[in-house]
Amino acid sequence: MATTTAPKSPTSTKSARAAKSGANNRRWALIFAGAAILVFVFYQYLLPHLDQSVKSVFDSWLPISTLEESLVWIICAIGLNIVVGYAGLLDLGYVAFWAIGGYTAGWLMSSFFNNVDFSFFGVIPPQPGGIHINFWIVLVIAAAFCALWGVIIGAPTLRLKGDYLAIVTLGFGEIIPQVFYNGDCIGPACWNVSNGTQGIYPVDSMNAPKILPGMKGATLGIFDQPYKYIFFCLVAALCVFVSLRIREGRLGRAWLAIREDELAASMMGVPLMRTKLAAYAVGAAMGGFGGVIFAEYVGGVVPDRFNFSISITLLAMVVLGGMGNVWGVMVGALVLAWINATGLKQIGVTFNQVFHTSINFPANNYLLFGGILVLMMLFRRAGLFPEMRTKAVLEEDEVADDAGGTHLSDPEEVTA
Amino acid sequence: MSAQTADQPWLARTGEPMLEIANLSVFYGNIAAVQDLSLDVRKGEIVTVVGSNGAGKSTTLRTISGLIKPRKGTITFQGDQIQGKKGNEVVRRGICHSPEGRRIFPRMTVDENLDLGAFLQNDKAAVAAERDRVLELFPRLAERINQKAGTMSGGEQQMLAVGRAMMGNPTLLLLDEPSMGLAPILVDLIFDTIEKIRDQGTTILLVEQNALAALRIADYAYVMESGHLKLEGDAKQLSRDDAIVRAYLGG
Repeated sequence: MATTTAPKSPTSTKSARAAKSGANNRRWALIFAGAAILVFVFYQYLLPHLDQSVKSVFDSWLPISTLEESLVWIICAIGLNIVVGYAGLLDLGYVAFWAIGGYTAGWLMSSFFNNVDFSFFGVIPPQPGGIHINFWIVLVIAAAFCALWGVIIGAPTLRLKGDYLAIVTLGFGEIIPQVFYNGDCIGPACWNVSNGTQGIYPVDSMNAPKILPGMKGATLGIFDQPYKYIFFCLVAALCVFVSLRIREGRLGRAWLAIREDELAASMMGVPLMRTKLAAYAVGAAMGGFGGVIFAEYVGGVVPDRFNFSISITLLAMVVLGGMGNVWGVMVGALVLAWINATGLKQIGVTFNQVFHTSINFPANNYLLFGGILVLMMLFRRAGLFPEMRTKAVLEEDEVADDAGGTHLSDPEEVTA
Repeated sequence: MSAQTADQPWLARTGEPMLEIANLSVFYGNIAAVQDLSLDVRKGEIVTVVGSNGAGKSTTLRTISGLIKPRKGTITFQGDQIQGKKGNEVVRRGICHSPEGRRIFPRMTVDENLDLGAFLQNDKAAVAAERDRVLELFPRLAERINQKAGTMSGGEQQMLAVGRAMMGNPTLLLLDEPSMGLAPILVDLIFDTIEKIRDQGTTILLVEQNALAALRIADYAYVMESGHLKLEGDAKQLSRDDAIVRAYLGG
């Protein structure tokens, strides 16, 4: 105990730590960027020239539309990872932000408000009636609007902890889609905010700069899939970048401290309420991105797409990939989104053909998700690609317990 | 307090008051944890609050650092009333708390734990200096600087808890049961270090069940029992009074 060593200089250990995580991040970023570009080149330039039989395999097993949809899931999962993975706040109502983002796109990029006529670098050629704002501007507006709603929902609910917080977020995740669902006649004046069950359709095509050879026009419609895909990738990359940067900074450390031990964090001077609200706001903003992109992918906004199961699927993606590790979460989102959109259906078709059965595989997808979650909790609690710090401690848990334990998880009264 | 001092000369204390608690009452629901407590801490002292389980010692510390709101009474720190202020505002004023049960961040390295201790400090050079000071006081932490805190022994975790609180560069350091669960030799080591911290100029309010060890290093002591203040006085005087030791300090 009394041995003395010269304290290592503070800068050297810190820069070593940063370099290690930096190298890891660079490796993953290269893998994902490389894969994204390969996929684009393949679907845009190679696939159309390939043999029909090859084409049909890709069309049924991995169509580009599935990849586009996966990107929506990836963006939302990255956002949810900030709330659940970084700050440790269990949010079961994340679909609310996805819906708000989607409807923001519906309001600002369609003829929905047909009594006004406003266009701002909108769809080309310009359309009369309604509000038509440029896709990229709508993206920013939706993110800001969702962040605002994150704060509005968070301010009363974040005073709760653990299970109670989860239940209240569950409630908001139901309320907001229901508001849109029944939003064709709100209040005594019977305002129509959402067209009710019909949804808002169609949403303007996506504005995109002509940065790639062969792109026609300045807007991308339903059929310009590989091009749209590459722009969706850019938005996902932005989300990854933002969450990695925040993670390294002061706010990221504060989230981590709250996740590890809220009481101790407040003793270090971390402002609990503000820090948690920031997590909600940033997470919600990414949900807004996801919503706008989803509206663009579908070409409209339909209320029954925003149901509770989306929140749970997103949570399953985060848990499967590895809570707190952005890269793992992306893998988790890709895998589950693919299973949901095409994988399970195709496996079912193949299985039924081979064994002459008629099992409806897609109908059992939640059975599969539930099974995955149970198996993960039993055998790989930290996810497929665990966050580095989680991995180390789950392995060392027993050592810590022997050494006298660390967590007194008694209920504490904290004035937030 | 001043009236007491007149007929009890050993109560005379030098140094200006840093923290003054007056008529503090704290409740958990309907249960009174602390009732009508008054105490003060003067600059440069180690003041200890001793007492058995449930005496209200930890509650007092938590109330000072803004984790619990008091029902009645005032807490004055360097001339400002701080009762009911939020935790981060209290830390900003220079009161840092090393909590009961250590509560280090187990999944973070020692280094990251120390970093978080300096969460509100903006001056990088000052933080680096403070970090060097902590590592000098606890050389063991320097050896383990990149180890996950949860994998360290109890004594090392306690050192980290104290070191982490010191990273906030406190004017007043609150220590809650730093001897809990430690072998006697480690208790001595921790307490020697606490004395060293005082000698370097940090005022300390120490809450302890291990009364004799606390009285050995403290300048002034308060004895609490079931939420009430029972006794106060010069720490050395108290520890020499056999009747008091038998009645309150489990000696």
